[in-house]
Amino acid sequence: MDKSLLAPGHRACAGCAMPTTIRLVLDAAGPNTIVVSPTGCLEVTTTPFPESSWCVPWLHSLFENASAAASGVEVMLKRRGKDTNVVIIGGDGSTFDIGMGSNSGMFERGHKILYVCYDNEAYMNTGVQRSGSTPFCVHTTTTPSGSQSQGNPRPKKDMPAIALAHGVPYVATASVAYPVDLRRKVKRALEVNGPSYLQVNAPCITGWTFDAGTMIELARLAVESGLWPLLEYEKGELVGVKKIRRPRSVEEYLKLQGRYKHLFKKAECADMLSQIKDMALANMAKYNLVD
Amino acid sequence: MSYNTANMKVVEGSYAVAHAVMCCRPDVISAYPITPQTHIVENLSQMVADGELDSEFLTVDSEFSALSVLVGVCAAGGRGYSSTTSQGLALMYEVLYNVSGLRMPLVMNVANRAMGAPLNIWNDQQDAIGARDVGWIQIYAENVQEAVDATLQAYKIAEDKEIRTPVMVCMDGFVLTHVYEPVELLDKEKAREFLPDFEPEHILDPDHPMTFGAFADPSTYTEFRYQQFEAQLKALPKIEEVARQFQESFGRYYGGLIDGYFLDDADIVIVTLGSVVGTIKDAIDAMRSEGKKVGMLKIRSYRPFPVQALRKALKDAAVIAVIEKDVAIGGEAGLVTDLKAAFYNSSIRTPIIGFAAGLGGRDITIKDIRRMVEKAEAARKGDLSEFEFLALRKEIL
Amino acid sequence: MAIKAGSLVDPCSTRITKTGAWRTFVPVFDHEKCIKCSLCEIYCPEGCIHQEDGLYIPDLDYCKGCSVCANECPRMAITMVLEEK
Repeated sequence: MDKSLLAPGHRACAGCAMPTTIRLVLDAAGPNTIVVSPTGCLEVTTTPFPESSWCVPWLHSLFENASAAASGVEVMLKRRGKDTNVVIIGGDGSTFDIGMGSNSGMFERGHKILYVCYDNEAYMNTGVQRSGSTPFCVHTTTTPSGSQSQGNPRPKKDMPAIALAHGVPYVATASVAYPVDLRRKVKRALEVNGPSYLQVNAPCITGWTFDAGTMIELARLAVESGLWPLLEYEKGELVGVKKIRRPRSVEEYLKLQGRYKHLFKKAECADMLSQIKDMALANMAKYNLVD
Repeated sequence: MSYNTANMKVVEGSYAVAHAVMCCRPDVISAYPITPQTHIVENLSQMVADGELDSEFLTVDSEFSALSVLVGVCAAGGRGYSSTTSQGLALMYEVLYNVSGLRMPLVMNVANRAMGAPLNIWNDQQDAIGARDVGWIQIYAENVQEAVDATLQAYKIAEDKEIRTPVMVCMDGFVLTHVYEPVELLDKEKAREFLPDFEPEHILDPDHPMTFGAFADPSTYTEFRYQQFEAQLKALPKIEEVARQFQESFGRYYGGLIDGYFLDDADIVIVTLGSVVGTIKDAIDAMRSEGKKVGMLKIRSYRPFPVQALRKALKDAAVIAVIEKDVAIGGEAGLVTDLKAAFYNSSIRTPIIGFAAGLGGRDITIKDIRRMVEKAEAARKGDLSEFEFLALRKEIL
Repeated sequence: MAIKAGSLVDPCSTRITKTGAWRTFVPVFDHEKCIKCSLCEIYCPEGCIHQEDGLYIPDLDYCKGCSVCANECPRMAITMVLEEK
């Protein structure tokens, strides 16, 4: 524990996947790292003045400008000839939506920065509102299931594709349930002389509502159902796909989460459940997830 | 004040300011182009490209990103520079508070321009005056030379360990950015002596990790704001001190917090800021030759607002007429409101009347100034109208 | 405690907050069953499971009782027990 670069005593919910993700990222990156974070669960739970969980240098500016602030840090380090990792760690709210402008600028300018998005698929810090990352049909407080609505009507924004479209040389998806894979991808990303984007599935116990202690099991099910493929792109080419050893059904994954419970209770949602299963099947086919 | 004309060159205002920035040796220039600031950043970009200026020039994606980049630069120990105006300043509004709250000594030239809607690219001061509460020091330049000199002084004030407050150096857009005037450009070596390298106490450094930007709950937030408030009070004497130091090194002085023109025996005092000062001086010269005792007080430091200096300078005026290039829609206008507030609890009972003029780039003419003085004379006799739009075109309403 | 301008904070300082006070259930480790795979240490969100003399021990000052370790232990060597205080 003494070696961990994220100290305990932070205010994350009991059973939150985010701090586990952060510890894995920092473990792979090492102490010669500067972290920049946008506003969000991570920032708020780890830095309540006068305390901070961060044992590496850390900067928080605003919600939508982590990429811009990190660009400034990277430029200064380069100017002084320092070989220090610059890692942005931010949630999907900042990454997918409000920070798009500054993210696009950072990717496009080619800064040597690793962007890690811990993706819990909604604006969790402000109370579980829908984000561009929220998957199809999910109940959130701004896309609730009700008599006239069945949850989020839109598909999840394909942020890795957006990174790829910017020519980001290393883009990958990862999961907190696959720690070895996650650490390897962090290390690989930090070798790249340019921007890199790593999107990590991080289940949120408060927002997704599931049984205590099952965050890893859920993250594993997300991968094994085909809904969260673990992919790796170098210079725009797909170079790595983690095969699913034991394929699991989409229902098995969705049934454990309160945010999908309306799918199993309302007759009008049967078609949506099929659509989600189709998405999983499409991923299986496209990426050849099962041998 | 004596100008050493032998060293003067006729240059565009934007070039002169860019040259001043070069003499300040910023590590990173991060700015997004917007009329009428564009020539400043284009000149800087060319200076970097030609190897004249050893800075990183970042072509950012928006003004919001421009200032945000500098947050990272400053946290990593670098000296940063940006420039913007109007819509750009408004877009970075959130970052303005962030920078001042994080106590980052950035300097930014604001090429004052009207705020839309309606869209208007011409000069007025709604942009910066609208941002007077964000915690930045604001210095307003009368002419290009002052904009040049104030930029160098701004870094010295901002980076002072007691101050640590960012500074906006305001210059009227187009009027001062696009004008060609004789200017004495700064000498690089003298500037280096005047402004040494930036050496912050804490930076992002793996050898000494620190957390920048924690969130403060109700038990501590007030005290952070108080620290900033105190720093602005300390800036009052500091601005004067730096202006005097500049005079020693470079031979020029425009006042520290305020400056006066025919102020000493004036009955009617015009109070203002920015380039309109030049027009008013001409108007005053004419009116003085007619025997009118008119004078002017120029405000150089708008934030911190120089309350004591103003009370001292204006206590003997018979009437005060404030003219400014902004309106506070739903109120009156920034400067006149601040001035009335500054005098209310003092023993000064001079009538103060306010005028919004020059909005959206409309010229303020000598005729307008004379009209304002007439109104001031009427106010002196009791015919007081508190606030009005000077030179309003009633025929098109 | 004087505040540092700019809300600057010392590193690793959340250690003064003992989040162990949050928990209802406490993990009990059966070291006989443990195969030292270290998955509990890896997955713990608090990072409070560490090795002492080769045994995996949770730091009860910080353990929030989230039960991720108990759920993931491949040998079911960890049991969550209602904590009596």
